[in-house]
Amino acid sequence: MALDPRLLRLRGGPAPTGDPALDAAIGESGGDFHDKVYTTRLDAVLGWSRKFSLFQYPFVTACCGMEYMAASANHYDTDRFGAALPRFSPRQSDMLMVVGTITHKQAPVLKRVYDQMCEPKWVVAVGACAVSGGFYQNYTSVPGCDKIIPVDVYVPGCPPRPETILDAIVKLQEKIQNQKHEFI
Amino acid sequence: MSEQAEHHPSATLSRVLAVLGDKAVGFHDRLGDDTVAIRPEHLVEVARTLKDDPHLLFDFLMDQTAVDWIEEEPRFELVYHLFSSKYFHRLRLKFRVPESDPSCDSLTPLWGSADWMEREIWDLYGIRFRGHPHLQRILLYDEFEGHPLRKDYPKDAAQPLFEPRYWGSREHEDPRKARGGDLKTL
Ligand code: SF4
Repeated sequence: MALDPRLLRLRGGPAPTGDPALDAAIGESGGDFHDKVYTTRLDAVLGWSRKFSLFQYPFVTACCGMEYMAASANHYDTDRFGAALPRFSPRQSDMLMVVGTITHKQAPVLKRVYDQMCEPKWVVAVGACAVSGGFYQNYTSVPGCDKIIPVDVYVPGCPPRPETILDAIVKLQEKIQNQKHEFI
Repeated sequence: MSEQAEHHPSATLSRVLAVLGDKAVGFHDRLGDDTVAIRPEHLVEVARTLKDDPHLLFDFLMDQTAVDWIEEEPRFELVYHLFSSKYFHRLRLKFRVPESDPSCDSLTPLWGSADWMEREIWDLYGIRFRGHPHLQRILLYDEFEGHPLRKDYPKDAAQPLFEPRYWGSREHEDPRKARGGDLKTL
């Protein structure tokens, strides 16, 4: 995967950095400092590295799960986007995929899984049920998992096409690249 | 009329009516489903007879459910579906229990499959089964109040375990604010 062009600032002479040691190093490099060194913002490089190493935790509860399996298996292959390996421990994952209907009995479990994930973390709600409760309006279904945890990307459909799920991953990568990152 | 007069109950239904005698208070075989109505106080006795009779041998309680006939009295109808794995015949048993005392005897000692089905009926209809070893909710959580398949339960009256949150995406980007919650039970 090529470097994101936003990471690179190749044009223009070396600007004073304000750091005397770094300025001296740039002076000693003989003018081709920017051919040897990429300069960028920490945010951008963190975003760039994080967006291509998404480890997903599939919280699969209902029929959408079949579609999720089709999307993550090799025919559609989420690995092309750097979201390859489902981790079945929330500690090792940073993308929570809520796939399917969430019931009120299940809500504390979903909340706990989300709380156990380490920062930074993102949530994708896959399918009409996870987005809004879908066609369920009754005593037992949560009307959308964003009533319990924050959601970054909503994927419509009952169930969504695999392409829609891939599109959601690309959308999430855009969001990760452009958001503010803390160096935790 | 003449068709009805010539209609004879099936061999299974005839045998059931013969062994039950006056414990069978009604019967029909509409659409080929042999059905017998009994009184709730005879349930265990009738069930044991049907299970042990050598020509019936209903050894499998396939299904057990309830119907809420709201505005009728007695209000709740219990429905049992029996099957014989030796003779491959089926029977439906029915009786009603009143709203003032919605309870009947448990069939768990006779058929193990009654265990979870009776818990489900208790969970969703609030009918108690005397003699059940552990009559607890099976599908809903213990904090749930009421029995949602009763027709007077409002269909969308949810009972969330904790208050719903409305998070904006801006909050999520600040990890310190995205943590925590007001979870009551886990
Ligand atoms: S959105 Fe449709 S396919 Fe997905 S879990 Fe809900 S009912 Fe099933």
